[in-house]
Amino acid sequence: MTAVDVTGPSVALGGPRHRGVRRAKDVAATCFMVLSVLVVLVPLGLVVGYVISRGIGILDWAFLTDDIPITDRTIGPGMGPAVVGTVTITGAATLMAVPLGVLGGVYLNEYGGRSRPARVVRFLADVMTGVPSIVMGLFIFTIWVLAFGFSGFAGALALGCLMLPVVIRTAEEMLRLVPAELREASYALGSRKARTIFRVVLPAAAPGITSGALLAVARAAGETAPLLFTILLVSKPNFDLFHGPNTALSVQIFKNATSALPGPQQRAWGAAFTLIAIAFLFTLAARLVANRFAGRHAA
Amino acid sequence: MTAIDRPSVRMPELAITPAKVAPVAAGVEPEPDRARELVFEIRDLEVRYDGMAAVTDVSLDIAAAEITAIIGPSGCGKTTLLRCLNRMNDLVPSAVISGKVMFHGQDLYAPKVDPAEVRRRIGMVFQKPNPFPKTIFDNVAYGPKINRYRGDMGELVERALTRAALWDEVKHKLKKSALALSGGQQQRLCIARALAVEPDVVLMDEPCSALDPIATARIEDLMVELKRDYTIVIVTHNMQQAARVSDMTAFLTTDVSEDGRREGRLVEYDRTETIFTHPADPRTEGYITGRFG
Repeated sequence: MTAVDVTGPSVALGGPRHRGVRRAKDVAATCFMVLSVLVVLVPLGLVVGYVISRGIGILDWAFLTDDIPITDRTIGPGMGPAVVGTVTITGAATLMAVPLGVLGGVYLNEYGGRSRPARVVRFLADVMTGVPSIVMGLFIFTIWVLAFGFSGFAGALALGCLMLPVVIRTAEEMLRLVPAELREASYALGSRKARTIFRVVLPAAAPGITSGALLAVARAAGETAPLLFTILLVSKPNFDLFHGPNTALSVQIFKNATSALPGPQQRAWGAAFTLIAIAFLFTLAARLVANRFAGRHAA
Repeated sequence: MTAIDRPSVRMPELAITPAKVAPVAAGVEPEPDRARELVFEIRDLEVRYDGMAAVTDVSLDIAAAEITAIIGPSGCGKTTLLRCLNRMNDLVPSAVISGKVMFHGQDLYAPKVDPAEVRRRIGMVFQKPNPFPKTIFDNVAYGPKINRYRGDMGELVERALTRAALWDEVKHKLKKSALALSGGQQQRLCIARALAVEPDVVLMDEPCSALDPIATARIEDLMVELKRDYTIVIVTHNMQQAARVSDMTAFLTTDVSEDGRREGRLVEYDRTETIFTHPADPRTEGYITGRFG
C-alpha cells in the first residue's frame, strides 16, 4: 500500500457528510460577505445617486459661475463664489498641510524612530486628529481672525490644521511599508540618507501617501464648521485669499439647505453635487500625478 | 590626506597565475606566499548586536581579482562579516564593530572615512533581487546620477548592462519597469546597477538563493567573467557554488561558549580546492560532507 492511496482511512474525514457541512459553511460565508458588500455599497450608491438626481437639474455653466442670489426668494443659479472659495481655500490648505505633513512623516519614520521627540510628535499628532473640527475653527478664530479679520486664508489655516495630523500619520505608515531592501540598495551605491529618502523612499511610497493625502483633502473640502468662524459669507466671488470674507460650497449647503424656500434648497442640492464632483476630480488628478512621480511604468 | 584616495584605487590588471587555477594535488600544501595584491585585510573583527557578539575573532586577507567565498551554517555571521566590508552594518543602530578592516591599506573605520564613499567603491548585491520601482534605465542610472556622473549616461547604462550580461534582453525595453523582469534578470540588473558606479569590489550576499538553477548558472558565469576586473566576495549557503566559482573559501561556524552564548567564528580559510579536498579542521570536513559540525 503506498502513501498516495487516496481511498485510505484518513481521507474518510472528508466524506459526504462533512462535505455537506463544509459546503453549507461556504455558502453561508459567501452570503455574509456579499451582504456586507451590499451594506457598504447601497448607502454609498443611494447618497451619490440621490444627490446627483436632485442636483443635476440646476447644474449648468451659469450655476457654477454666477453670483449667489441675495434674496432667498430668487430661484435659479448660482454658486460661483462658493466654487471659487472651495477651490482656493481647500487648495491653500492642501499646499500648507501636505508638504508639511509629508516632511513630518519623513521625520517620524526615517529620522525620529523611537526617540523621545518622535514619540512626542506622534502623540501630539494623534491628539490633534481627535480635535473636533468646530474647535479647530474656534481656535483659528481666536488666534487669527480676531487679529486679521475674516478671510479665505483663515479658513485654509483651520482646514490645514485638520489635515496635518492625518497626512503626517499616513505618510509615516506608508514610508514604513517601503522595504528596507530598497534603502539598502540605495546606500550600497554610495547614496546618502537625504538623497535615498527623496529619490528612492518617497517615490516608492508616493501612491500610498497620495491616497492618504486625498482622503484628508476630500474631508477638508466638505468641512463646514471650521469655516463658519473663519471665512464668513459672501455672495460675490472673492479671489483674494488673504483679504475679505469668502464662502465655500460646504457653508452654502449648510445655509441653503436649512432654508424653507425652494430656490435655496435647489441651490443646496446643486452645491452638494458640485462638491462631490470636485472631490472626484481632485482624486483623479492626484492619482495621475502620483503615478508619474512613482515612475510611469512602475507597478 | 583624505582617508580614501580616489585615484590610487584602480589597480593594475592582475595576471592570474596558473598556479592559482591549477587543482591542488593531494597532500601538497598551497604555496604560502603567492604574489597577490590584498584588497581587504581583516584583523580581529568582532561585531556585536545589542552587546551580543554575532561574529568574533575573524582575521583574513582577501586578494584582488579573485572570488572569495564565505560559507557556513545559518546564523554564523557570514552576512554580518560581509556587511562590515562596505560599512553596511553602520545602518544597524545596535551594531558595534571592533577590530580592523583595511582596504588597500586604509582603515575603513577610521574617523575620517566617509561611509557613502566606501559603499560607492565597494558595491553590493543582495540576497533578494531589489531593483528600485523605476524603469530599467533609471535603475542603472541611479548610482551614477547621485555620484554626479557627467558623461554620456546612455552609454554608461549600456556598458553596465552589457557587463552584467543583460543588455541583449532589455535593450528594447529600457523604459519599462524593472519589476516586470524575471527574478534572474532582476538580479543581473542589480549587478549592473552595482557595476555602474564603477566599484573596485563587488560583495554578493547569497545572490542566487532566490533564483532557479538556470538563472543561478548565468550569475555564476557572470561572476567568473567579472573577476577579471573586480574583486568579488560572495556569501553562499550553496557549497557547490562556492566550489564552482571561488578561488578562496572561508568557513565560519557557530561556537557555543561555556556560558551558552552563540558566536560566529572563522574556522578555516584557504584555497577553495584545499577546503573542499583537504580541510584542516574536522568541523570544516563535517560541514562540507554534510555531517553538520
